[in-house]
Formats: sequence, structure tokens, C-alpha cells
Amino acid sequence: MDIELVEIPKWNCCGAVSSLTADDVMHHVAPIRNLIRVIEMNEEGLVNDEKRLIVFCSMCFNVLRRSNKRVKEDPKFLETINSFMDEERDYDGSVKVMHFLEILRDIGFYKVKERVKKPLKGLKVSAYYGCTLLRPRGVGIDDPEAPSIMEKFIESLGAEVVDNPYKSLCCGSYHTVGGNKELVAERAYKIINAARERGADLIITSCPLCAFNLDNRQELTKKIHPDFEHMPVLYFTQLMALAMGMESETGFDGNYIDPRPLLRERGFLEG
Amino acid sequence: MTETIIIKDRNIDLLRLASEISGEVITLCEQCGICTTSCPMAEDMDITPASIMRYTQLGDEFVLETRAIWYCASCFSCTVRCPRGIDLAKVAEALRQIKLRKNQDYLKIDELKEEAEELPAIALVSAMRKYTG
Amino acid sequence: MSEEKMITVYIMGKAYQVPFGLTIMKAMEYAGYRFIRGSGCRAGFCGACATVYRKKGEYKFRTALACQTTAEDGMYLAQLPFVPANRKEYNINELDPEKNVLSEYYPEINRCVSCNTCTKACPQELDVMYYIQAAIRGDYRQVSELSFDCIQCGLCTARCPAEITHYHVAQLARRIYGKYQLKVPEHLEKRLKEIEEGKFDEEIERLKNMSIDELKSAYVQRDIEKIPRGEVSDE
Repeated sequence: MDIELVEIPKWNCCGAVSSLTADDVMHHVAPIRNLIRVIEMNEEGLVNDEKRLIVFCSMCFNVLRRSNKRVKEDPKFLETINSFMDEERDYDGSVKVMHFLEILRDIGFYKVKERVKKPLKGLKVSAYYGCTLLRPRGVGIDDPEAPSIMEKFIESLGAEVVDNPYKSLCCGSYHTVGGNKELVAERAYKIINAARERGADLIITSCPLCAFNLDNRQELTKKIHPDFEHMPVLYFTQLMALAMGMESETGFDGNYIDPRPLLRERGFLEG
Repeated sequence: MTETIIIKDRNIDLLRLASEISGEVITLCEQCGICTTSCPMAEDMDITPASIMRYTQLGDEFVLETRAIWYCASCFSCTVRCPRGIDLAKVAEALRQIKLRKNQDYLKIDELKEEAEELPAIALVSAMRKYTG
Repeated sequence: MSEEKMITVYIMGKAYQVPFGLTIMKAMEYAGYRFIRGSGCRAGFCGACATVYRKKGEYKFRTALACQTTAEDGMYLAQLPFVPANRKEYNINELDPEKNVLSEYYPEINRCVSCNTCTKACPQELDVMYYIQAAIRGDYRQVSELSFDCIQCGLCTARCPAEITHYHVAQLARRIYGKYQLKVPEHLEKRLKEIEEGKFDEEIERLKNMSIDELKSAYVQRDIEKIPRGEVSDE
């Protein structure tokens, strides 16, 4: 697709959730440090005049874009961060944080379609957006109330879109840690059942934490609701790899609910 | 439906502090309740998001002891819908921070044990940012 | 002695005149402090003498090993005799390297805010923050390689706002890497076999029967085994 992705050398964890208080500076250091790396990559010739940072994970995307937005809007805030990171070059706000789906939209989903080797004809796929890809307004990549970017993505792979009224209902996020896992399992129940009622074969998402919560927490969901039926939950790039004929890159070994039996049955996987 | 709020520990400093930390004008809230109807966690909370706002407006420290401020998952559903333009996620974060900055963690991370090796880093990192100070 | 150039240092806030050119440790001893703990090899290897100081007119809170850093005029000094840090108990034979064991025993690594204070504090100039980032990802190899020269002085831990005990995390990672992922070097296996077969028994017996003086001279005249380059490999 004429895109070459270059990984940031020595990236650090952005923190996964955005610091939401007015007075906290510390938790913006991690995301801004990554943005400094992007500028260094330009200086060191790893990329040529390319300030777009492409992010796959919805949460990282949200954190990076929010911190970037904050320092661009508040030069004093940026100055504080720059003076704290006295071992780094200064950040200037020039990096553009983008989600991979935005890049695909910019290039045109018709181009994605051109690259599809095995159209997923007849496969019914429900998009799950979650929170951080869409909200808040001004940060998200699509209309927070009526998003369509993932549906366009699904269509470009030749699959059939199944709508889900809960496609942007929070899965419970980090409540999956500690004593409140049931909150997550219950939301997985709601989201997955809604997709099934509308005929979906599987769900895709662009957030690794949503993927964990909707996929791995099905074990707990099944415990609470014995009537619950499992459904595969794929990371959106897994579906893309499948449609583009890159079976060895699909990484289905990592899925809790194995999608392979379903995909074999429908003829999208050999064997 | 009406709800009676009995103010136990009125503390105007709480409103001021929550406003300062969140950067939001909490007094703008007119209790329409759209936040509550938008909230995916409201059904499991002990008080509703709208009540969080009301208790905070009144400076009632009871709000700091509720489950609701921790059950908020920062999903921003309320934020995108509030007709008064209040970012409630920031208000909830401020209330959590008031506790966390006093060294009162919500999650005892030493008790996670084996669970921690099964969880992806994204879950652990986000939980620790939200639950520990 | 009187012609020696003297400098003023402030040890725990009190001014002392000490000769120019001493290490921080020796300056403190000159001033009358006696180290019973918090001092070891005096050669920069053992990590016992973590120290914190400020230089005259500087805002920077500096960290170093007291035995390796020269005292300067106007320095504010304090020795850090010990860094309280939990070292978790584990049985290395029962760990599952396929999982993130580091997160299990030291879940606080996930609280890292990437402030880089640990890296700035490290007297060994290790990239401490980056190995904690690798630890979050469960990358034992990277943690091991980046932390290999750690002397466990604890300064990273003392400075960390996320209350991480970096050096214990790194030690656990190196143990896992060493036990489960690193190939046992051939020459080590060979030597262990030789020991088991009793190749050195006679020589040990001879050493045991030597007098102190004989031992000393044997030590001075010993042959140091040369390992040809390229023979030691971690792959």
C-alpha cells in the first residue's frame, strides 16, 4: 500500500490512560518523550521529513494525541515538560499523532480493497469501537455518536457489516484488574450478545484492552451466565492479514476464543 | 423520581479543590441527568454520575467515599453528551486524585499476585494509573 | 599537613574542613564519621556506599558512590546507608518464563511514568528506565543485558516516584534469563564436568596444606586463564 512503517527506537509505555487533571504534569512526560523520539528519527535520518506517528492501539493513540494537543494549546505547559526533561531535546509540538485506521481512510479504503486477495465474502463482522478511538470529541477519529470508519474497513475486506448498538459502550477497561472483573464480564455479555442477535460471526476491535476484555473475559462471562455462547474477538489487523492472504501473520494462537474453526468452516482458512 | 440529599460534612473546600484539580466549572451542572443515562457503569454504581456532581457542588465529602468515583472508567460517554459542556470524566478523576494524593490507594497491588502475570501490560498500567497514587 | 589545600563540605548540614582531593567517603571519615555499614569494597564494585549530594550553587540533586566521587568545596553531603526495598521470595525452579513473572512479583513496575529519574540517578550509567520499560513488556533478555552492570546500590529505587525497586526486578529478570533462556556456555559445562570428575582435587588438597605465606606468593604468581575471544557467546 506504499506505506513503510518504521518503529520508534527506544519507545516507552505512554501510560495507557490519559491524565485528566488540570495540574498534573508528570503523567504527560511519558507520551511526550515518545514524540521527541519521532523528531529525533527525522534528525537521524531514520525517516525523511515525516512527523506522522502511526498508532495501532486505541488507548495509546488517545493518550499520545491528548498530550500532544495539550502541549500545543498550552505553551507554558510544554515549557514545564521540556524543562523537566532536561536530558532530552525540547519538544516543539510538531508531531502528528494518527491512528492506523485514519491513515487507511486518508489513503482510501478502495486501496485496501485492491490489496485484498481473499475477500471475506459472507463473513458477518461486527465492529466494536470502545471508547478511546472515538471520545472525547476533538480527539477521536470519528463521530462519537455514529461512527462508521470501522464499518468501511470491514467492507473493504469484503466482509459483511453487522451493526451493534453497543459498539461504543465501554467494556469496563481497567476494571479487569482487581476485584471488579464481573463489571467487565457483564459488559462483554451485553456487547457480544447484541452482536450475535444481529447475526455476527465475530467482533473486531482496535483496542488491545477491549480485545482482552471481550475475548479472555468470556471465561468469566460463561461462569456467570451458563447460557452464554462464545464468539471470537479479533484485533482488526488480524482480519486484515487474513483477507490479504497473510495467514502466517494472523497470530490466532494468541486469541482466547480460537477463531480458526469458524474460519475453516467458512473456507477462509485452509485445513 | 426525586432524591433527597442529606448533607453530612459540608466542606466548600471540596468544591474548590475538585474544581481546581479538574479545571471544570462544576457549578454549571443543572442536574439534567444525561450523564447518568449515558453512563455504562451507572447501573453498578452506588450513586449516579449526576449525584456525584451534586454532592461535589454541595461540598459533601461523602462523595469521596462512594464506589461510583472508582467505577467511572473514564469512557467519556458523559463528556461527549453533557449539554453544559462539563467534562465529568475530569471531575471524577479529580475526586479520585483527592484520595490518591493522600496516599489512599483504591487497589492494593501487592494482593494481585498470580493475576498480575496473566494480565496484559495495558491492563496493569492503566489500572495502576487510575487506582494508585 | 598545614600546607594542604582545605575545602569546606557540609555533612548533614554541618560544615567541616577537609583536605582537597579526598573521595566523599574519605572526606566524611576525615571529618570523624565512621562507617560500620554503608561501606564495602571502596573500589566502586560493591554498591554499598550510595550517596546523595548537591554541588555549590546547583539545583541538581546528585547521586553517586561515595568511594568513587571526589569531594568538592561547598558540597552538601549525606550518606545513604541503606535503601529499604522489598525483595520478593520465589523459587526460581517454579517460575514460568512464558508469563510476565516480573509483573507478578513486582507489579509496581507498571506504575512507571517514564520520568527517567532512575537513569539519571544511576552511578553505573545504566539505562534504568528503559530496562523497566522492557520489564513491563516481559522482555527478560533486554532487562538482563541493560542491567548487567548493576551493582545494586539502590539509588534508582530511592529516587523513583513510582516506588519501583528496579534492581530487584532486574535481578529476577537476569535469573530467569540465565536459567530459562540463555544457553549454558560450553566451556562452563566442560569445566563443571572436569570438577565433578575430580580433575582439581589434588590441586585443592595441595592449596589446603600451604602456609599463609606460601599461599600469598602462589596468589601473586598465579596464571590467569585466558579465554580466547569469540568463545564466550550468549547464543
